[in-house]
Amino acid sequence: MMDKFIIGRYVPGESIVHRMDPRAKLLMVLFYICIVFLANNWLSYALLIIFTVALILLTRIKPSFIIQGLKPVIILIILTLVIQLFFTKRGEVVFTLFGVDIYDEGIKMGIFISLRFTLLILITSVMTLTTTPIEITDGLETLLNPLKKLKFPVHELALMMSISLRFIPTLLEETDKIVKAQTSRGVDFSSGPLKERLRAVVPLLVPLFVGSFKRADELAVAMEARGYRGGEGRTKYRALAWHMRDSLLIGSLILLTILLIWTRS
Amino acid sequence: MQITLKEVAHLYQEGTPFEFRAIHDINVEFPSGSFIGVIGHTGSGKSTLLQHLNALLKPSEGEVTIGGRTITSDKKTKNLKPIRKQVGIVFQFPEHQLFEETVEKDICFGPMNFGVSEEEAKERARAALELVGLKESLLNVSPFDLSGGQMRRVAIAGVLAMEPEVIVLDEPTAGLDPRGRKEIMEMFDRLHKEKGITTILVTHSMEDAARYADELVIMNKGTIVKKAPPADIFAEPEELMNLGLAVPDTIRFQLEFEEKTGIHLAKKHLSMEELAREMKAVLGGGPL
Repeated sequence: MMDKFIIGRYVPGESIVHRMDPRAKLLMVLFYICIVFLANNWLSYALLIIFTVALILLTRIKPSFIIQGLKPVIILIILTLVIQLFFTKRGEVVFTLFGVDIYDEGIKMGIFISLRFTLLILITSVMTLTTTPIEITDGLETLLNPLKKLKFPVHELALMMSISLRFIPTLLEETDKIVKAQTSRGVDFSSGPLKERLRAVVPLLVPLFVGSFKRADELAVAMEARGYRGGEGRTKYRALAWHMRDSLLIGSLILLTILLIWTRS
Repeated sequence: MQITLKEVAHLYQEGTPFEFRAIHDINVEFPSGSFIGVIGHTGSGKSTLLQHLNALLKPSEGEVTIGGRTITSDKKTKNLKPIRKQVGIVFQFPEHQLFEETVEKDICFGPMNFGVSEEEAKERARAALELVGLKESLLNVSPFDLSGGQMRRVAIAGVLAMEPEVIVLDEPTAGLDPRGRKEIMEMFDRLHKEKGITTILVTHSMEDAARYADELVIMNKGTIVKKAPPADIFAEPEELMNLGLAVPDTIRFQLEFEEKTGIHLAKKHLSMEELAREMKAVLGGGPL
């Protein structure tokens, strides 16, 4: 059922992007989100596109697969495009559509903003597709470590994150199984009037909740049995290591930022 | 009701890097009134196969004929309810599907979805509960207060109350104690014999497969490698072992006996009683 949904999914691989430090990739995404807003003309957008496409090619994941990830948000992208087209009233009238004047600025803004949106999703997908959820949490935990001084529960947060990430596939599997079991008992999840369909959710949600509570309980017992006592003095099995390639990634981003500032109007 | 699969293949997540061919080149018939066991290694495609039997999955290639309906990959399939009413599936660990406040309501859930009136559903619930060997007094208890074994029985009763013509069982006795195992299997066997319900049993237990099924289907790496009566299949235990499958205890015992004593028995025995009788005969022992 989640076949088409690629955000937050990991595709195993051996590419240079896969091997980068998760901290570098997290910083890259954060940085990128900020500098996307620097672009405001064709040249600066072209630079962003070149950087993103280069990164996608480096992952060695089929580009068609990454582009598929845009499908769930395509409506949002089209909506922004349309809103910009119809509501921007600057520049010169190019043509009239459905009795509304379309300005050249509107076309430009529409394309820019939907491009920005697309690029952001692509770059986030590049990160999640090449980094395992565990790596992401590890990276996040290390990046947030300074906050410990402010008594912010960094370790607990990271643990919560990795547990929830760990159980997403389990929960999806469980959902799939129960949907099938109840479908076999005559529940119709995909058609029928809205009221019926809402009622069909009960036989799905109750077993899911019961199962989740049971699993949480078992997990807590298993963790305690293995002597888990929180993050104090805990070492990591997978130590993160910063390599040349990570510095290169950040370096190229800084270069991109300088170029963007230089080319923007 | 007969179920026929012709050249069936199923691919999960078609067109993604995760594409996976779970089953392929499946040609098999489940004739009306038969009891067929499906055995195979974990990951051999048994579960995928059985989900085609009530159109939970559509074949990626080939066609599945269930009674009068044919399911293919391209057809927009609508109104599958009649199929699901006729083919009941008891999934692995069916107790996970319980959700109602009382046992009675949960058992009635299936039949009422298929348009059975409340009174009749309640009638059926009572009968189904008796079939699975639970007391009527449990009808008004919450299913979540029951023991694991009892929950299993209630879930099975929920499928039986739909009164399907074909019943598909996916390891119905996994995780039960030996007595519960035997009781549940005897119950399905009785239903099959008395009511002529077509039964398809997916199992890891070679004993159950040998004992109850008229015919066995062996799956390996996503396809059917053999379909034959249990006696024929277990007559060549080496083939089974090569596929990584176990051999029933009686046959294992017989093989070891033959190896140690050098005496070869006339045929491979699937029941303990028969084996004991022939061994007694060849060894010239007294009464058992």
